[in-house]
Amino acid sequence: MTTSHAALSVRGLCKNFGALTVAQSIDLDLQPGARLGLIGPNGAGKTSFVNLLTGMLRADAGTILLNGEEITGLKPEARVHRGLVRTHQINTLLLETSLRENLAIAVAERENFAWRLLRFTPQWRRCLAEGEAQLAAFGIADLAQHRVAELPYGQQRLLEIAIALVLKPRVLLLDEPAAGVPAAEAHAIHAALDKLPAEISILMIEHDMDVVFRFAREIAVLVQGRVLTTGTPQAIAADPQVRAVYLGRSAP
Amino acid sequence: MTVRPDMSAPTLAQLRLGAGRFGWAWHVLPWGVALATYFVAGAYLTLGTAALEMILFTLSIDLALGYAGIVTFGQAAFFGVGAYAAGLLSIHVTPDPILGLLFGTAIAALLGLVTGVLILHTEGVTLMMLTLAIASMIGAFAAQAGDLTGGDNGLQGMQISPLFGVFPFDLWGQTGYLYALGVLFLWFVAAWRIVRSPFGRSLDGIRQSPRRMRAIGTPVWWRLIAVYTLAAAMAGTAGSLKAQTNQFVGLDSLDLLVSGTALVMLILGGTRRLYGAFVGAAFYVVVQDLAAEFDPFRWMFLIGGLLVVMVLFLEGGLMGVADWLHHAAARLWLGTARK
Ligand SMILES: Nc1ncnc2c1ncn2[C@@H]1O[C@H](COP(=O)(O)OP(=O)(O)O)[C@@H](O)[C@H]1O
Ligand SMILES: [Mg+2]
Repeated sequence: MTTSHAALSVRGLCKNFGALTVAQSIDLDLQPGARLGLIGPNGAGKTSFVNLLTGMLRADAGTILLNGEEITGLKPEARVHRGLVRTHQINTLLLETSLRENLAIAVAERENFAWRLLRFTPQWRRCLAEGEAQLAAFGIADLAQHRVAELPYGQQRLLEIAIALVLKPRVLLLDEPAAGVPAAEAHAIHAALDKLPAEISILMIEHDMDVVFRFAREIAVLVQGRVLTTGTPQAIAADPQVRAVYLGRSAP
Repeated sequence: MTVRPDMSAPTLAQLRLGAGRFGWAWHVLPWGVALATYFVAGAYLTLGTAALEMILFTLSIDLALGYAGIVTFGQAAFFGVGAYAAGLLSIHVTPDPILGLLFGTAIAALLGLVTGVLILHTEGVTLMMLTLAIASMIGAFAAQAGDLTGGDNGLQGMQISPLFGVFPFDLWGQTGYLYALGVLFLWFVAAWRIVRSPFGRSLDGIRQSPRRMRAIGTPVWWRLIAVYTLAAAMAGTAGSLKAQTNQFVGLDSLDLLVSGTALVMLILGGTRRLYGAFVGAAFYVVVQDLAAEFDPFRWMFLIGGLLVVMVLFLEGGLMGVADWLHHAAARLWLGTARK
């Protein structure tokens, strides 16, 4: 047990916004290659949890280990360089920049090219090529040179995931990857999610129960900043407590 | 199926002046004009030198504000401090122009670094107020420290030795013009490379979305400090040039009006183009000089009106207009070529 760590291990994570508690001593482990679904009602603190893990919010208490190393005090960018990568519930993209450059900028950060001010052209070409390859893998290679603002929202969502992937994450936190996408376009996103490399440990927040139950091998339920329960999709679907607080409303 | 954009339509980048195979040829135009000015300007050469200095200063604002999105209205602080530093060095230490230029640049960069560390964690209106406050403080300090700066009388008694020990700074400003042009060219090439480097592209990203950049692992704060320092250095060079070519530094070089004027020049020319700073500053200086002979009041009226039109209707400034003309001409030419 001493040699194998959880990919991500959270202990006693707490966060309050004034009187509002968004994380109440959260304990959670993400095993290597995990597919964990995080569900919970609106305002439960799911996005805040991702912000805490990535360092975009500072925790009041608790520890976060990434592959057994403590990252609790690290800056967001340092966590990214160690392999902890997220996507956003609402697109956060460089809208005036082309798709492939959105990706190339991410590759350049991953490779720490930014301080090279001389003879960067070959590196930058490699970054662009890698970006184009990722777009091809998602079936949108023909859009490479278009500005992000020109795309429909669904394809922008795909780019959000593509950027996370070129960062070569070990742990990937997906915050409602299909949020805001019309049903007709959502299947492209679900297809991309199904093809994510098996070795990446993934936590996915998702509202659509069909999607969660298809994607996740394990589900955690978050209610008012507390992990209510964790279990297999079958166990969660059958849990009366979960049905009461969450599934009850959307169950047929 | 999902909707896709029209693939046959050229992208914005492809329509820009300077894009494509013979795009480099467009570089010849501004620099050619600048060089030709040397031969034809005659008595107006000192005005040309002033324009070159303003171009360099405006370029520094394009880097910080245009590319990186740092809303600075206090860039004049670096211009003025560079000018005073170069002036003081020439009075107290050495009259060598190159050393003076390097010193003015370095002091301004240092000031940029220190103030950048202090203020760049803020953004928006707060940041804007802080840049104004710092510039005002430095202006007030220069006015008070009369022993050092000469106060209201300005810095007197500057001596600048011949450039490279060979070319004296003559009364007609010939050496000064070519000196300023050479320095501007070096900085321009550097800026051109920087904005195309991964570093420059990350600045463009930070302007659009700091949150996105943090999510891909960009140390946003450090990048902003780096570009702020760089822009301060560039403004310091511009100030040093002005001090050396005028052999005088006045309190007006620290005036917030300098920042404001350069900002107008930048918007007039077009932000995030580098040549926008070039065209905007040159245009402003020349038109101002022409118009001031007739009526200074109407001049401000004209420039104000032009700015309103630019901001409301022509987002890309003069460079945007040039793009549009270029595009229209290209279409016309292609159209006739096909027939
Ligand atoms: N920066 C913030 N400051 C104050 N309150 C916040 C902040 N971010 C989120 N909240 C609040 O915390 C609660 C949890 O939000 P969030 O984590 O976005 O929930 P979820 O993603 O589960 O829908 C909400 O009530 C939200 O309004
Ligand atoms: Mg959320």
